[in-house]
Amino acid sequence: MDIDGISAGYGRREVIHDLSLSLAAGRFYGLIGPNGSGKTTLIDLMLATLAPSRGTVRLRGREVREYSHRQKALEMALVPQDFRINFDFTVYEVVMMGRHPHVPRFANPGPADRAVVQAVLAELEITGLSGRLITQLSGGEKQRVIVARALAQATPVLILDEATSNLDIQHSLHILQVLKRRQREAGTTVIAAIHDLNFAAAYCDEIILLHQGRLVTTGPPKDVLSHDRLQEVFAIDCQVYEQPHSGIHQVAYQY
Amino acid sequence: MPKIPYPLLITGLAITLAATVIAAAGMGYLAIPGREVMSIIAARFTGSGQALDPVHQTVLMDVRLPRVLTAALVGGGLAMAGAIFQAILLNPLADPYTLGVSSGAAFGASLALIVNLSLPGHVSVPLFAFAGALLAVFSVLNLAASDHTYSANSLILAGVIISAILSAGIGFIKYLAGEQVSVIIFWLMGSFASRSWLDTALVLAATMITLLAGLYFGRDLNIMSLGLRSSDSLGVDTVRTRKWLLAIASLMTAAAVSISGIIGFVGLIIPHLMRFIVGPDNRKLIPAALLAGAILLLLADTVTRALLPHEVPIGVLTALIGGPFFCLIFKQKQMGGR
Repeated sequence: MDIDGISAGYGRREVIHDLSLSLAAGRFYGLIGPNGSGKTTLIDLMLATLAPSRGTVRLRGREVREYSHRQKALEMALVPQDFRINFDFTVYEVVMMGRHPHVPRFANPGPADRAVVQAVLAELEITGLSGRLITQLSGGEKQRVIVARALAQATPVLILDEATSNLDIQHSLHILQVLKRRQREAGTTVIAAIHDLNFAAAYCDEIILLHQGRLVTTGPPKDVLSHDRLQEVFAIDCQVYEQPHSGIHQVAYQY
Repeated sequence: MPKIPYPLLITGLAITLAATVIAAAGMGYLAIPGREVMSIIAARFTGSGQALDPVHQTVLMDVRLPRVLTAALVGGGLAMAGAIFQAILLNPLADPYTLGVSSGAAFGASLALIVNLSLPGHVSVPLFAFAGALLAVFSVLNLAASDHTYSANSLILAGVIISAILSAGIGFIKYLAGEQVSVIIFWLMGSFASRSWLDTALVLAATMITLLAGLYFGRDLNIMSLGLRSSDSLGVDTVRTRKWLLAIASLMTAAAVSISGIIGFVGLIIPHLMRFIVGPDNRKLIPAALLAGAILLLLADTVTRALLPHEVPIGVLTALIGGPFFCLIFKQKQMGGR
Protein backbone atom coordinates (compact mmCIF):
# COMPACT_ATOMS: atom_id res chain seq x y z
CA MET A 1 0.00 0.00 0.00
CA ASP A 2 1.33 3.40 -0.96
CA ILE A 3 0.17 6.61 0.63
CA ASP A 4 1.36 9.64 -1.24
CA GLY A 5 1.27 13.22 -0.01
CA ILE A 6 -2.12 12.86 1.61
CA SER A 7 -4.01 15.57 3.50
CA ALA A 8 -7.48 15.17 4.90
CA GLY A 9 -9.86 16.27 7.59
CA TYR A 10 -13.45 16.54 8.73
CA GLY A 11 -15.28 19.67 7.69
CA ARG A 12 -12.85 22.57 7.69
CA ARG A 13 -10.47 21.08 10.23
CA GLU A 14 -7.52 19.36 8.62
CA VAL A 15 -6.36 16.37 10.65
CA ILE A 16 -3.71 14.78 8.43
CA HIS A 17 -1.11 17.00 6.79
CA ASP A 18 0.90 15.93 3.75
CA LEU A 19 1.60 12.38 4.88
CA SER A 20 3.47 9.87 2.74
CA LEU A 21 4.03 6.26 3.68
CA SER A 22 4.75 2.98 1.97
CA LEU A 23 3.60 -0.31 3.47
CA ALA A 24 4.86 -3.72 2.38
CA ALA A 25 2.68 -6.81 2.20
CA GLY A 26 2.92 -9.43 4.93
CA ARG A 27 4.27 -7.23 7.67
CA PHE A 28 2.90 -6.24 11.07
CA TYR A 29 2.60 -2.46 11.40
CA GLY A 30 1.90 -0.63 14.61
CA LEU A 31 0.24 2.77 14.35
CA ILE A 32 1.09 4.78 17.43
CA GLY A 33 0.69 8.35 18.54
CA PRO A 34 -1.16 10.36 21.19
CA ASN A 35 -4.94 10.80 21.11
CA GLY A 36 -5.89 13.11 18.27
CA SER A 37 -2.70 12.44 16.33
CA GLY A 38 -4.70 11.17 13.34
CA LYS A 39 -4.55 7.38 13.73
CA THR A 40 -8.26 6.77 13.10
CA THR A 41 -8.30 9.34 10.28
CA LEU A 42 -5.38 7.58 8.61
CA ILE A 43 -7.28 4.29 8.89
CA ASP A 44 -10.37 5.91 7.35
CA LEU A 45 -8.20 7.10 4.48
CA MET A 46 -6.73 3.64 3.93
CA LEU A 47 -10.25 2.23 3.72
CA ALA A 48 -11.43 5.14 1.55
CA THR A 49 -14.32 5.84 3.92
CA LEU A 50 -12.88 9.34 4.01
CA ALA A 51 -11.80 11.13 0.83
CA PRO A 52 -8.45 12.95 1.06
CA SER A 53 -8.37 16.64 0.13
CA ARG A 54 -4.96 16.08 -1.50
CA GLY A 55 -2.85 13.05 -2.34
CA THR A 56 -3.64 9.43 -3.07
CA VAL A 57 -3.86 6.07 -1.34
CA ARG A 58 -3.04 3.11 -3.55
CA LEU A 59 -3.48 -0.56 -2.86
CA ARG A 60 -1.64 -2.86 -5.28
CA GLY A 61 -1.01 0.14 -7.49
CA ARG A 62 -4.67 1.08 -7.79
CA GLU A 63 -6.37 3.93 -5.93
CA VAL A 64 -8.53 2.57 -3.10
CA ARG A 65 -11.32 4.97 -4.04
CA GLU A 66 -11.64 3.19 -7.37
CA TYR A 67 -12.31 -0.19 -5.76
CA SER A 68 -15.97 -1.18 -5.50
CA HIS A 69 -17.26 -1.68 -1.98
CA ARG A 70 -17.18 -5.43 -2.38
CA GLN A 71 -13.71 -5.56 -3.95
CA LYS A 72 -12.44 -3.45 -1.08
CA ALA A 73 -14.08 -5.76 1.44
CA LEU A 74 -12.26 -8.69 -0.14
CA GLU A 75 -8.93 -6.89 0.32
CA MET A 76 -9.20 -5.22 3.72
CA ALA A 77 -11.03 -6.00 6.95
CA LEU A 78 -11.50 -3.57 9.82
CA VAL A 79 -11.89 -3.93 13.55
CA PRO A 80 -13.39 -0.58 14.54
CA GLN A 81 -12.64 1.28 17.73
CA ASP A 82 -16.17 1.66 19.01
CA PHE A 83 -18.69 -1.05 18.57
CA ARG A 84 -22.29 -1.14 19.65
CA ILE A 85 -25.13 -3.28 18.45
CA ASN A 86 -28.76 -2.96 19.48
CA PHE A 87 -30.18 -6.09 17.90
CA ASP A 88 -30.09 -9.60 19.32
CA PHE A 89 -27.90 -11.34 16.77
CA THR A 90 -26.08 -14.44 17.99
CA VAL A 91 -22.28 -14.53 18.11
CA TYR A 92 -22.32 -17.04 15.27
CA GLU A 93 -24.47 -14.74 13.10
CA VAL A 94 -22.20 -11.76 13.75
CA VAL A 95 -19.06 -13.71 12.83
CA MET A 96 -20.83 -15.06 9.75
CA MET A 97 -21.41 -11.43 8.67
CA GLY A 98 -17.67 -11.40 8.02
CA ARG A 99 -18.37 -13.71 5.08
CA HIS A 100 -20.71 -11.13 3.51
CA PRO A 101 -18.40 -10.11 0.63
CA HIS A 102 -17.78 -13.76 -0.21
CA VAL A 103 -21.43 -14.78 -0.46
CA PRO A 104 -23.55 -13.63 -3.45
CA ARG A 105 -26.61 -11.55 -2.61
CA PHE A 106 -29.30 -14.20 -2.79
CA ALA A 107 -27.17 -17.18 -1.77
CA ASN A 108 -26.81 -18.69 1.65
CA PRO A 109 -23.41 -19.28 3.23
CA GLY A 110 -21.99 -22.61 2.05
CA PRO A 111 -20.00 -25.30 3.89
CA ALA A 112 -16.75 -23.45 3.19
CA ASP A 113 -18.11 -20.29 4.87
CA ARG A 114 -19.30 -22.29 7.86
CA ALA A 115 -15.90 -23.97 8.15
CA VAL A 116 -14.14 -20.59 8.13
CA VAL A 117 -16.44 -19.29 10.86
CA GLN A 118 -15.92 -22.39 13.03
CA ALA A 119 -12.14 -22.15 12.61
CA VAL A 120 -12.11 -18.48 13.57
CA LEU A 121 -14.33 -19.09 16.60
CA ALA A 122 -11.93 -21.83 17.73
CA GLU A 123 -8.90 -19.63 17.07
CA LEU A 124 -10.24 -16.93 19.38
CA GLU A 125 -11.50 -19.49 21.87
CA ILE A 126 -15.10 -18.32 21.67
CA THR A 127 -16.70 -21.46 20.23
CA GLY A 128 -18.59 -21.80 23.51
CA LEU A 129 -20.19 -18.39 22.98
CA SER A 130 -21.43 -19.04 19.45
CA GLY A 131 -25.10 -19.42 20.42
CA ARG A 132 -25.11 -16.50 22.86
CA LEU A 133 -26.61 -13.12 22.01
CA ILE A 134 -24.09 -10.41 21.20
CA THR A 135 -26.06 -7.92 23.28
CA GLN A 136 -25.51 -9.99 26.41
CA LEU A 137 -21.75 -10.38 26.25
CA SER A 138 -19.19 -8.56 28.38
CA GLY A 139 -16.99 -5.94 26.74
CA GLY A 140 -14.04 -8.32 26.45
CA GLU A 141 -16.10 -11.13 24.94
CA LYS A 142 -17.70 -8.74 22.48
CA GLN A 143 -14.31 -7.44 21.38
CA ARG A 144 -13.13 -10.96 20.61
CA VAL A 145 -16.29 -11.56 18.57
CA ILE A 146 -15.56 -8.43 16.54
CA VAL A 147 -11.99 -9.52 15.89
CA ALA A 148 -13.34 -12.94 14.88
CA ARG A 149 -15.74 -11.26 12.46
CA ALA A 150 -12.85 -9.43 10.80
CA LEU A 151 -10.74 -12.62 10.63
CA ALA A 152 -13.67 -14.49 9.03
CA GLN A 153 -13.50 -11.95 6.21
CA ALA A 154 -10.17 -13.66 5.29
CA THR A 155 -8.60 -10.61 3.70
CA PRO A 156 -4.92 -10.07 2.81
CA VAL A 157 -4.97 -6.86 4.85
CA LEU A 158 -6.29 -6.55 8.40
CA ILE A 159 -6.73 -3.11 9.97
CA LEU A 160 -7.38 -2.71 13.68
CA ASP A 161 -8.31 0.53 15.39
CA GLU A 162 -7.33 0.02 19.02
CA ALA A 163 -8.71 -3.49 19.07
CA THR A 164 -7.20 -4.26 22.44
CA SER A 165 -7.69 -1.03 24.36
CA ASN A 166 -10.74 -2.21 26.31
CA LEU A 167 -9.42 -5.63 27.16
CA ASP A 168 -7.65 -7.06 30.15
CA ILE A 169 -4.05 -8.07 29.70
CA GLN A 170 -4.56 -11.77 29.03
CA HIS A 171 -7.13 -11.18 26.27
CA SER A 172 -5.09 -8.39 24.72
CA LEU A 173 -2.08 -10.65 24.45
CA HIS A 174 -4.22 -13.48 23.11
CA ILE A 175 -5.65 -11.32 20.33
CA LEU A 176 -2.22 -9.98 19.40
CA GLN A 177 -0.87 -13.54 19.30
CA VAL A 178 -3.69 -14.61 17.00
CA LEU A 179 -2.90 -11.66 14.72
CA LYS A 180 0.81 -12.48 14.76
CA ARG A 181 0.04 -16.07 13.81
CA ARG A 182 -2.13 -14.87 10.93
CA GLN A 183 0.71 -12.74 9.70
CA ARG A 184 3.24 -15.58 9.92
CA GLU A 185 1.07 -18.37 8.55
CA ALA A 186 -1.22 -16.65 6.06
CA GLY A 187 1.03 -13.75 5.15
CA THR A 188 -1.62 -11.27 6.26
CA THR A 189 -0.60 -7.62 6.43
CA VAL A 190 -1.63 -6.29 9.82
CA ILE A 191 -2.02 -2.56 10.47
CA ALA A 192 -2.93 -1.97 14.09
CA ALA A 193 -3.42 1.25 15.98
CA ILE A 194 -2.10 0.39 19.42
CA HIS A 195 -2.07 2.48 22.57
CA ASP A 196 0.27 0.32 24.59
CA LEU A 197 3.82 1.07 23.46
CA ASN A 198 5.16 -2.17 24.90
CA PHE A 199 2.64 -4.30 22.98
CA ALA A 200 3.55 -2.39 19.86
CA ALA A 201 7.25 -2.95 20.47
CA ALA A 202 6.75 -6.65 21.11
CA TYR A 203 4.51 -7.54 18.18
CA CYS A 204 5.18 -5.09 15.37
CA ASP A 205 7.77 -5.39 12.64
CA GLU A 206 7.53 -1.69 12.06
CA ILE A 207 6.12 1.21 13.94
CA ILE A 208 4.48 4.23 12.34
CA LEU A 209 4.68 7.13 14.76
CA LEU A 210 2.20 9.95 14.23
CA HIS A 211 2.10 13.31 15.93
CA GLN A 212 -0.40 16.10 15.21
CA GLY A 213 -1.36 14.62 11.88
CA ARG A 214 2.18 14.26 10.61
CA LEU A 215 4.40 11.25 10.24
CA VAL A 216 7.24 11.55 12.77
CA THR A 217 9.09 8.48 11.69
CA THR A 218 8.66 4.88 10.71
CA GLY A 219 10.88 1.87 11.22
CA PRO A 220 11.56 -1.12 13.46
CA PRO A 221 10.55 -0.62 17.13
CA LYS A 222 14.17 -0.40 18.33
CA ASP A 223 14.82 2.55 16.03
CA VAL A 224 11.53 4.39 16.56
CA LEU A 225 11.19 4.05 20.31
CA SER A 226 13.80 6.26 21.86
CA HIS A 227 13.79 8.35 24.98
CA ASP A 228 14.02 11.66 23.19
CA ARG A 229 11.40 10.91 20.60
CA LEU A 230 8.85 9.63 23.11
CA GLN A 231 9.44 12.68 25.22
CA GLU A 232 8.87 14.92 22.24
CA VAL A 233 5.71 13.18 21.01
CA PHE A 234 4.02 11.95 24.19
CA ALA A 235 5.58 14.43 26.63
CA ILE A 236 6.56 11.63 28.97
CA ASP A 237 9.75 10.68 30.70
CA CYS A 238 10.81 7.09 30.19
CA GLN A 239 13.62 4.66 29.64
CA VAL A 240 13.82 2.29 26.71
CA TYR A 241 15.63 -0.97 27.36
CA GLU A 242 16.19 -4.23 25.58
CA GLN A 243 14.86 -7.39 27.18
CA PRO A 244 17.83 -9.71 27.62
CA HIS A 245 16.46 -12.93 26.10
CA SER A 246 13.93 -11.88 23.51
CA GLY A 247 15.77 -8.82 22.27
CA ILE A 248 12.43 -6.97 22.38
CA HIS A 249 12.61 -3.31 23.27
CA GLN A 250 10.36 -2.16 26.08
CA VAL A 251 9.48 1.18 27.57
CA ALA A 252 9.72 1.76 31.31
CA TYR A 253 7.87 4.88 32.37
CA GLN A 254 9.28 7.26 34.97
CA TYR A 255 6.54 8.16 37.42
CA MET B 1 -39.42 -17.43 23.88
CA PRO B 2 -40.35 -20.48 21.82
CA LYS B 3 -38.50 -20.77 18.54
CA ILE B 4 -41.01 -21.56 15.81
CA PRO B 5 -39.45 -22.86 12.57
CA TYR B 6 -39.55 -20.02 10.07
CA PRO B 7 -41.38 -21.72 7.15
CA LEU B 8 -44.03 -22.95 9.59
CA LEU B 9 -44.46 -19.45 11.00
CA ILE B 10 -44.82 -17.82 7.59
CA THR B 11 -47.29 -20.46 6.38
CA GLY B 12 -49.25 -20.14 9.62
CA LEU B 13 -49.38 -16.35 9.32
CA ALA B 14 -50.39 -16.51 5.65
CA ILE B 15 -53.24 -18.94 6.39
CA THR B 16 -54.38 -16.84 9.35
CA LEU B 17 -54.35 -13.74 7.15
CA ALA B 18 -56.42 -15.42 4.41
CA ALA B 19 -58.91 -16.70 6.97
CA THR B 20 -59.13 -13.26 8.61
CA VAL B 21 -59.75 -11.58 5.24
CA ILE B 22 -62.60 -13.98 4.44
CA ALA B 23 -64.13 -13.79 7.91
CA ALA B 24 -63.81 -9.98 8.02
CA ALA B 25 -65.39 -9.60 4.57
CA GLY B 26 -68.38 -11.62 5.74
CA MET B 27 -68.89 -9.65 8.94
CA GLY B 28 -70.95 -6.51 9.27
CA TYR B 29 -74.53 -5.24 9.17
CA LEU B 30 -75.23 -7.67 6.36
CA ALA B 31 -73.67 -10.99 7.40
CA ILE B 32 -72.39 -13.15 4.57
CA PRO B 33 -71.23 -16.70 5.39
CA GLY B 34 -67.59 -17.51 4.69
CA ARG B 35 -68.45 -20.13 2.09
CA GLU B 36 -70.49 -17.60 0.11
CA VAL B 37 -67.66 -15.03 0.39
CA MET B 38 -65.34 -17.51 -1.24
CA SER B 39 -67.77 -18.44 -4.00
CA ILE B 40 -68.48 -14.77 -4.79
CA ILE B 41 -64.74 -14.06 -5.06
CA ALA B 42 -64.22 -17.21 -7.13
CA ALA B 43 -67.15 -16.26 -9.38
CA ARG B 44 -65.50 -12.92 -10.09
CA PHE B 45 -62.55 -14.75 -11.59
CA THR B 46 -64.54 -17.39 -13.47
CA GLY B 47 -67.30 -14.98 -14.52
CA SER B 48 -70.13 -17.28 -13.40
CA GLY B 49 -71.87 -15.30 -10.68
CA GLN B 50 -75.44 -15.61 -11.95
CA ALA B 51 -76.57 -18.03 -9.24
CA LEU B 52 -75.43 -15.78 -6.39
CA ASP B 53 -77.25 -13.08 -4.44
CA PRO B 54 -76.62 -9.78 -6.34
CA VAL B 55 -76.89 -7.63 -3.19
CA HIS B 56 -74.28 -9.74 -1.42
CA GLN B 57 -72.09 -9.54 -4.48
CA THR B 58 -72.25 -5.75 -4.61
CA VAL B 59 -71.68 -5.28 -0.88
CA LEU B 60 -68.75 -7.65 -0.89
CA MET B 61 -66.98 -6.63 -4.07
CA ASP B 62 -67.59 -2.87 -4.04
CA VAL B 63 -67.67 -2.03 -0.34
CA ARG B 64 -66.15 -4.61 1.94
CA LEU B 65 -63.29 -6.18 0.06
CA PRO B 66 -61.59 -2.91 -0.90
CA ARG B 67 -61.76 -1.80 2.73
CA VAL B 68 -60.63 -5.14 4.13
CA LEU B 69 -57.71 -5.45 1.72
CA THR B 70 -56.68 -1.82 2.17
CA ALA B 71 -56.64 -2.25 5.95
CA ALA B 72 -54.54 -5.42 5.66
CA LEU B 73 -52.08 -3.84 3.21
CA VAL B 74 -51.72 -0.65 5.25
CA GLY B 75 -51.05 -2.75 8.37
CA GLY B 76 -48.48 -4.89 6.59
CA GLY B 77 -46.86 -1.88 4.94
CA LEU B 78 -46.58 0.09 8.18
CA ALA B 79 -45.10 -2.93 9.96
CA MET B 80 -42.47 -3.41 7.24
CA ALA B 81 -41.67 0.30 7.18
CA GLY B 82 -41.27 0.17 10.96
CA ALA B 83 -38.87 -2.76 10.72
CA ILE B 84 -36.81 -0.93 8.09
CA PHE B 85 -36.70 2.32 10.07
CA GLN B 86 -35.64 0.43 13.18
CA ALA B 87 -32.85 -1.30 11.28
CA ILE B 88 -31.55 1.87 9.61
CA LEU B 89 -31.74 4.06 12.69
CA LEU B 90 -30.14 1.24 14.74
CA ASN B 91 -32.89 1.85 17.22
CA PRO B 92 -35.53 -0.72 18.13
CA LEU B 93 -37.77 2.13 19.29
CA ALA B 94 -38.03 3.89 15.94
CA ASP B 95 -41.32 3.72 14.04
CA PRO B 96 -42.49 4.74 10.56
CA TYR B 97 -43.28 8.22 11.86
CA THR B 98 -39.81 8.97 13.26
CA LEU B 99 -38.90 11.07 10.22
CA GLY B 100 -41.95 13.28 10.47
CA VAL B 101 -44.10 11.50 7.88
CA SER B 102 -47.15 11.60 10.14
CA SER B 103 -46.80 15.27 11.02
CA GLY B 104 -46.31 16.14 7.35
CA ALA B 105 -49.36 14.15 6.30
CA ALA B 106 -51.40 15.57 9.14
CA PHE B 107 -50.40 19.08 8.18
CA GLY B 108 -51.25 18.49 4.52
CA ALA B 109 -54.59 16.92 5.40
CA SER B 110 -55.50 19.67 7.87
CA LEU B 111 -54.69 22.26 5.25
CA ALA B 112 -56.90 20.52 2.69
CA LEU B 113 -59.72 20.12 5.21
CA ILE B 114 -59.68 23.78 6.23
CA VAL B 115 -59.63 24.84 2.58
CA ASN B 116 -62.63 22.60 1.93
CA LEU B 117 -64.43 24.01 4.96
CA SER B 118 -63.87 27.66 4.28
CA LEU B 119 -63.52 28.07 0.53
CA PRO B 120 -65.74 27.00 -2.34
CA GLY B 121 -64.51 24.03 -4.35
CA HIS B 122 -62.96 20.81 -3.20
CA VAL B 123 -59.35 19.66 -2.91
CA SER B 124 -58.26 16.09 -2.37
CA VAL B 125 -57.38 15.38 1.25
CA PRO B 126 -55.31 12.24 0.54
CA LEU B 127 -53.34 14.07 -2.14
CA PHE B 128 -52.54 16.94 0.22
CA ALA B 129 -51.63 14.46 2.95
CA PHE B 130 -49.30 12.61 0.62
CA ALA B 131 -47.63 15.82 -0.54
CA GLY B 132 -47.28 16.98 3.05
CA ALA B 133 -45.70 13.68 4.09
CA LEU B 134 -43.19 13.77 1.25
CA LEU B 135 -42.37 17.40 1.94
CA ALA B 136 -41.72 16.64 5.61
CA VAL B 137 -39.48 13.65 4.84
CA PHE B 138 -37.64 15.62 2.21
CA SER B 139 -36.98 18.44 4.69
CA VAL B 140 -35.83 15.98 7.33
CA LEU B 141 -33.44 14.22 4.94
CA ASN B 142 -32.16 17.56 3.72
CA LEU B 143 -31.57 18.77 7.26
CA ALA B 144 -29.86 15.52 8.24
CA ALA B 145 -27.70 15.42 5.12
CA SER B 146 -25.26 17.92 6.56
CA ASP B 147 -23.15 15.11 8.00
CA HIS B 148 -23.14 13.25 4.66
CA THR B 149 -23.72 9.87 6.25
CA TYR B 150 -27.38 10.23 7.30
CA SER B 151 -26.46 9.03 10.78
CA ALA B 152 -29.21 7.85 13.10
CA ASN B 153 -28.67 10.75 15.47
CA SER B 154 -29.00 13.51 12.92
CA LEU B 155 -32.02 11.82 11.29
CA ILE B 156 -33.89 11.44 14.57
CA LEU B 157 -33.05 14.98 15.63
CA ALA B 158 -34.09 16.42 12.27
CA GLY B 159 -37.33 14.42 12.52
CA VAL B 160 -38.07 15.92 15.92
CA ILE B 161 -37.39 19.47 14.71
CA ILE B 162 -39.56 19.25 11.59
CA SER B 163 -42.36 17.50 13.49
CA ALA B 164 -42.36 20.21 16.12
CA ILE B 165 -42.71 22.94 13.51
CA LEU B 166 -45.50 21.09 11.71
CA SER B 167 -47.33 20.38 14.95
CA ALA B 168 -47.46 24.09 15.62
CA GLY B 169 -48.88 24.55 12.11
CA ILE B 170 -51.53 21.90 12.72
CA GLY B 171 -52.44 23.56 16.00
CA PHE B 172 -52.93 26.86 14.21
CA ILE B 173 -55.12 25.27 11.53
CA LYS B 174 -57.25 23.59 14.21
CA TYR B 175 -57.62 26.97 15.89
CA LEU B 176 -58.75 28.51 12.59
CA ALA B 177 -61.26 25.72 12.06
CA GLY B 178 -63.08 26.81 15.21
CA GLU B 179 -66.13 24.70 15.92
CA GLN B 180 -65.59 22.54 12.88
CA VAL B 181 -62.31 21.23 14.27
CA SER B 182 -63.82 17.76 14.72
CA VAL B 183 -63.47 17.04 10.98
CA ILE B 184 -59.71 17.46 11.26
CA ILE B 185 -59.44 15.52 14.49
CA PHE B 186 -61.41 12.62 13.09
CA TRP B 187 -59.25 12.42 9.99
CA LEU B 188 -56.07 12.49 12.04
CA MET B 189 -57.23 9.53 14.12
CA GLY B 190 -57.48 7.37 11.04
CA SER B 191 -60.24 5.43 9.34
CA PHE B 192 -60.73 2.89 6.59
CA ALA B 193 -64.37 3.84 5.94
CA SER B 194 -65.35 3.95 2.24
CA ARG B 195 -62.04 2.89 0.72
CA SER B 196 -62.16 2.09 -2.99
CA TRP B 197 -60.27 -0.34 -5.21
CA LEU B 198 -58.07 2.58 -6.28
CA ASP B 199 -56.86 2.99 -2.69
CA THR B 200 -56.24 -0.73 -2.49
CA ALA B 201 -54.19 -0.69 -5.69
CA LEU B 202 -52.08 2.25 -4.50
CA VAL B 203 -51.21 0.65 -1.18
CA LEU B 204 -50.65 -2.70 -2.87
CA ALA B 205 -48.05 -1.12 -5.15
CA ALA B 206 -46.28 0.58 -2.24
CA THR B 207 -46.37 -2.58 -0.15
CA MET B 208 -44.91 -4.74 -2.90
CA ILE B 209 -42.09 -2.25 -3.59
CA THR B 210 -41.29 -2.14 0.11
CA LEU B 211 -41.29 -5.93 0.42
CA LEU B 212 -39.01 -6.35 -2.57
CA ALA B 213 -36.63 -3.64 -1.32
CA GLY B 214 -36.66 -5.22 2.13
CA LEU B 215 -35.76 -8.62 0.74
CA TYR B 216 -33.17 -7.22 -1.64
CA PHE B 217 -31.38 -5.19 1.04
CA GLY B 218 -32.16 -7.57 3.93
CA ARG B 219 -28.64 -8.83 4.44
CA ASP B 220 -27.15 -5.36 4.03
CA LEU B 221 -29.55 -4.15 6.71
CA ASN B 222 -28.34 -6.87 9.07
CA ILE B 223 -24.75 -5.85 8.49
CA MET B 224 -25.58 -2.18 8.86
CA SER B 225 -26.56 -2.92 12.46
CA LEU B 226 -22.82 -3.27 13.13
CA GLY B 227 -22.40 0.46 12.50
CA LEU B 228 -21.16 2.54 9.59
CA ARG B 229 -17.44 1.76 9.79
CA SER B 230 -17.96 -1.99 10.05
CA SER B 231 -20.62 -2.26 7.37
CA ASP B 232 -18.58 -0.16 4.95
CA SER B 233 -15.56 -2.38 5.52
CA LEU B 234 -17.75 -5.42 4.83
CA GLY B 235 -18.60 -4.19 1.36
CA VAL B 236 -21.97 -2.55 2.00
CA ASP B 237 -22.45 0.89 0.46
CA THR B 238 -24.01 2.02 3.71
CA VAL B 239 -24.93 5.59 2.88
CA ARG B 240 -26.48 4.71 -0.48
CA THR B 241 -28.45 1.81 1.04
CA ARG B 242 -29.66 4.07 3.85
CA LYS B 243 -30.88 6.68 1.38
CA TRP B 244 -32.73 4.17 -0.77
CA LEU B 245 -34.40 2.39 2.09
CA LEU B 246 -35.34 5.63 3.85
CA ALA B 247 -36.96 6.83 0.64
CA ILE B 248 -38.88 3.61 0.07
CA ALA B 249 -40.02 3.17 3.67
CA SER B 250 -41.09 6.82 3.78
CA LEU B 251 -43.07 6.46 0.55
CA MET B 252 -44.77 3.41 2.00
CA THR B 253 -45.66 5.33 5.13
CA ALA B 254 -46.81 8.37 3.17
CA ALA B 255 -49.08 6.20 0.99
CA ALA B 256 -50.52 4.50 4.06
CA VAL B 257 -51.10 7.70 5.99
CA SER B 258 -52.67 9.58 3.10
CA ILE B 259 -55.19 6.79 2.59
CA SER B 260 -56.08 5.90 6.14
CA GLY B 261 -54.91 8.71 8.44
CA ILE B 262 -52.42 8.25 11.24
CA ILE B 263 -52.43 4.76 12.67
CA GLY B 264 -49.94 4.34 15.47
CA PHE B 265 -48.37 1.35 17.14
CA VAL B 266 -48.59 -1.13 14.25
CA GLY B 267 -45.22 0.02 12.91
CA LEU B 268 -43.69 -0.17 16.37
CA ILE B 269 -45.04 -3.32 18.00
CA ILE B 270 -45.28 -5.69 15.07
CA PRO B 271 -41.57 -5.53 14.14
CA HIS B 272 -40.78 -5.90 17.83
CA LEU B 273 -43.04 -8.86 18.31
CA MET B 274 -41.77 -10.57 15.17
CA ARG B 275 -38.14 -9.90 16.07
CA PHE B 276 -38.95 -11.66 19.30
CA ILE B 277 -40.12 -14.72 17.40
CA VAL B 278 -37.95 -14.90 14.26
CA GLY B 279 -34.86 -13.08 15.57
CA PRO B 280 -33.26 -9.92 14.21
CA ASP B 281 -32.47 -11.22 10.67
CA ASN B 282 -34.25 -8.70 8.42
CA ARG B 283 -34.63 -11.20 5.59
CA LYS B 284 -37.01 -13.16 7.81
CA LEU B 285 -38.31 -10.26 9.85
CA ILE B 286 -39.67 -8.14 6.98
CA PRO B 287 -41.98 -10.79 5.41
CA ALA B 288 -43.13 -11.87 8.88
CA ALA B 289 -43.88 -8.25 9.79
CA LEU B 290 -45.88 -7.81 6.57
CA LEU B 291 -48.18 -10.72 7.39
CA ALA B 292 -48.52 -10.02 11.11
CA GLY B 293 -49.14 -6.30 10.55
CA ALA B 294 -51.82 -7.11 8.00
CA ILE B 295 -53.57 -9.48 10.41
CA LEU B 296 -53.43 -7.05 13.33
CA LEU B 297 -54.74 -4.01 11.51
CA LEU B 298 -57.44 -5.98 9.73
CA LEU B 299 -58.62 -7.40 13.05
CA ALA B 300 -58.66 -3.93 14.59
CA ASP B 301 -60.58 -2.48 11.63
CA THR B 302 -63.08 -5.33 11.71
CA VAL B 303 -63.67 -4.82 15.42
CA THR B 304 -64.39 -1.14 14.95
CA ARG B 305 -66.48 -1.68 11.80
CA ALA B 306 -68.53 -4.75 12.61
CA LEU B 307 -68.43 -5.46 16.34
CA LEU B 308 -68.61 -2.10 18.08
CA PRO B 309 -71.95 -0.24 18.11
CA HIS B 310 -70.19 2.91 16.86
CA GLU B 311 -67.14 3.12 14.65
CA VAL B 312 -64.19 4.05 16.86
CA PRO B 313 -61.25 5.70 15.05
CA ILE B 314 -58.86 2.94 14.12
CA GLY B 315 -55.80 4.85 15.31
CA VAL B 316 -57.31 5.03 18.79
CA LEU B 317 -58.17 1.35 18.74
CA THR B 318 -54.68 0.18 17.70
CA ALA B 319 -53.15 2.26 20.44
CA LEU B 320 -55.65 0.94 22.98
CA ILE B 321 -55.04 -2.70 22.02
CA GLY B 322 -51.38 -2.34 21.15
CA GLY B 323 -50.28 -0.25 24.12
CA PRO B 324 -51.06 -2.70 26.94
CA PHE B 325 -49.88 -5.60 24.79
CA PHE B 326 -46.59 -3.84 24.25
CA CYS B 327 -46.28 -3.21 27.99
CA LEU B 328 -46.73 -6.93 28.55
CA ILE B 329 -43.98 -7.95 26.10
CA PHE B 330 -41.70 -5.27 27.42
CA LYS B 331 -42.18 -6.38 31.01
CA GLN B 332 -41.68 -10.01 30.13
CA LYS B 333 -38.54 -9.30 28.19
CA GLN B 334 -37.09 -7.30 31.05
CA MET B 335 -37.88 -9.94 33.66
CA GLY B 336 -37.07 -13.02 31.60
CA GLY B 337 -33.94 -11.63 29.97
CA ARG B 338 -34.78 -14.21 27.30
